Amino acid sequence: MTATLDEKSTDSSLSGKRPGDAIFRGTTLAASLLVIVFLAGVAIFLAVKGAPALDAGPENLRDKANVFALVGALLFGTVLAAAIAMIIVAPLSIGLGLVISHYAPRRLAKPVGFLVDLLAAVPSVVFGLWGIFVLAPRMQPVHEFLVDWFGWIPLFAGPASGTARTLLTASIVLALMALPIVTAIMREVFSQTPRAHQEAALALGATRWEMIRMTVLPYGRSGMVAALLLGLGRALGETMAVAMVLSTTGVITSWNIVSSQNSNTVAAFIAQGYKEASPIRVAVLIFAGLALFALTFLVNFLGRAIATRGTVKG
Amino acid sequence: MAKSIDVSDVNIYYGDFLAVEGVNMTIRAKSVTAFIGPSGCGKSTVLRSLNRMHEVIPGARVEGKIVVDGQDLYAPEVDPVAVRRQVGMVFQRPNPFPTMSIYENVISGLRLNSKRMNKSTADGVVEKSLRGANLWNEVKDRLNKPGAGLSGGQQQRLCIARAIAVQPDVLLMDEPCSALDPISTSAIEDLIHELKSDYTIVIVTHNMQQAARVSDETGFFNLKATGEPGRLVEFNPTKKMFSNPDESATEAYISGRFG
Ligand SMILES: Nc1ncnc2c1ncn2[C@@H]1O[C@H](COP(=O)(O)OP(=O)(O)OP(=O)(O)O)[C@@H](O)[C@H]1O
Ligand SMILES: [Mg+2]
Repeated sequence: MTATLDEKSTDSSLSGKRPGDAIFRGTTLAASLLVIVFLAGVAIFLAVKGAPALDAGPENLRDKANVFALVGALLFGTVLAAAIAMIIVAPLSIGLGLVISHYAPRRLAKPVGFLVDLLAAVPSVVFGLWGIFVLAPRMQPVHEFLVDWFGWIPLFAGPASGTARTLLTASIVLALMALPIVTAIMREVFSQTPRAHQEAALALGATRWEMIRMTVLPYGRSGMVAALLLGLGRALGETMAVAMVLSTTGVITSWNIVSSQNSNTVAAFIAQGYKEASPIRVAVLIFAGLALFALTFLVNFLGRAIATRGTVKG
Repeated sequence: MAKSIDVSDVNIYYGDFLAVEGVNMTIRAKSVTAFIGPSGCGKSTVLRSLNRMHEVIPGARVEGKIVVDGQDLYAPEVDPVAVRRQVGMVFQRPNPFPTMSIYENVISGLRLNSKRMNKSTADGVVEKSLRGANLWNEVKDRLNKPGAGLSGGQQQRLCIARAIAVQPDVLLMDEPCSALDPISTSAIEDLIHELKSDYTIVIVTHNMQQAARVSDETGFFNLKATGEPGRLVEFNPTKKMFSNPDESATEAYISGRFG
């Protein structure tokens, strides 16, 4: 990490006088400044337009006492849905990543990787429709099963929703949507494991799986966490799929993810509510958006931080 | 415990590329055999074929027969994993597992073989292996520190300790000293002398003096011409190789008149 930084600085100091370099440096600098200005602009816009929500009364806040109670409940639902999605994604993406990087013969690894990448190209509306019409009906018996057998876990307290358009179903859709990016990063992380360490394990008489457990997984631990956090960032902000799948309208705080009374997510709340546009209600929506912006930013930041720390350490 | 290795008519390929052709030799048990020769002539390739590490590379394969103590390594029913437990390997660059402590590094191979091991047995193996690798006195107070925190020479001896902890029959070493200073090198050469009484050792080296110092027998590999596959030019007792070799090419290489 430091080596590349040093290289960069010596490079530019050596060749900074060449016009081509100056132009290139100028444009990249301008582009990155533009992005920062733009981000700051979004944050300021949200803060200014959302500020009136602080004075909103319960009639505009779904009967919550103040805007923080409302946004808090929504953030709870957002994090819950995204976290469940990540719990589903983690084993899938680690397994797929390993298959692509270490198990499949190269002829097979390429198309499998490509198929997973294709998932990223499916529009979220399509995911939403699929969630409603294909997944939900099939999930209904699963809901019954979970409530019957695992009802003692607060998540599955029930009663089971008749339509299965619940936070659980929404989380599964979210998981599928986050799968490509997370798998792509996992694959990259796994294939970075130095050959020397893998050969060391094999030379000791490790099977392939033992070699993976001894070298690939421990070496990639921070990369795997970063991949999941980046996927979490994606799942947090996902709007359409959740808004479509989730049948709930009220705003409650509930661990229960299988009943028809679910927590709602910020993004879905905004998507469901923006048509009822009295100025104060719009302010409430924007305030909720600001909270989501901050949360997503934080999670992505954390993911990047862990990713860079991992590469420096490695 | 130590075993002899018979190599007959071995050709080694990387995909379609024939890297080494027609190798025949017998590596004696409880002796040190050195491979020397110019870069790219296939020393590492032959060495890696002796514990089936060669086939870790996609497309790589071996033709011919390699027999360790009567067992054909490449017989269809032989599991490469089992072969590697018998024939250990030390690499050119020290490669201790970065996420493991010194203690865990040494014990890592044994954990694979026998999952259950009580603490005192494990402690015993760790001490014995580290003593065997001449590293015990330097690390006994920091066994739980990461292996990557040691010096290069210490790391290489840690890798040797790791390799001998599983008590293999044969120990293969690919230029084990090339990344080390003279003092660490000499420590490892002493170690090879001691290990010889228990193991069959094969070592690749670019250092003629080292081959002369540590080995009982030497194989000289060379390329017929650039682009041609490598072959074993001469295989003889080290004394003879360095005083009165059969081939003029060997003499030219050893005396440095030849790259
Ligand atoms: N992974 C690989 N894929 C394809 N060809 C390879 C591979 N590794 C080695 N070769 C080729 O096989 C031949 C022998 O290589 P090898 O590494 O065995 O040489 P060497 O004698 O060990 O050389 P050095 O002294 O430089 O280590 C070379 O022509 C090399 O280019
Ligand atoms: Mg080599």
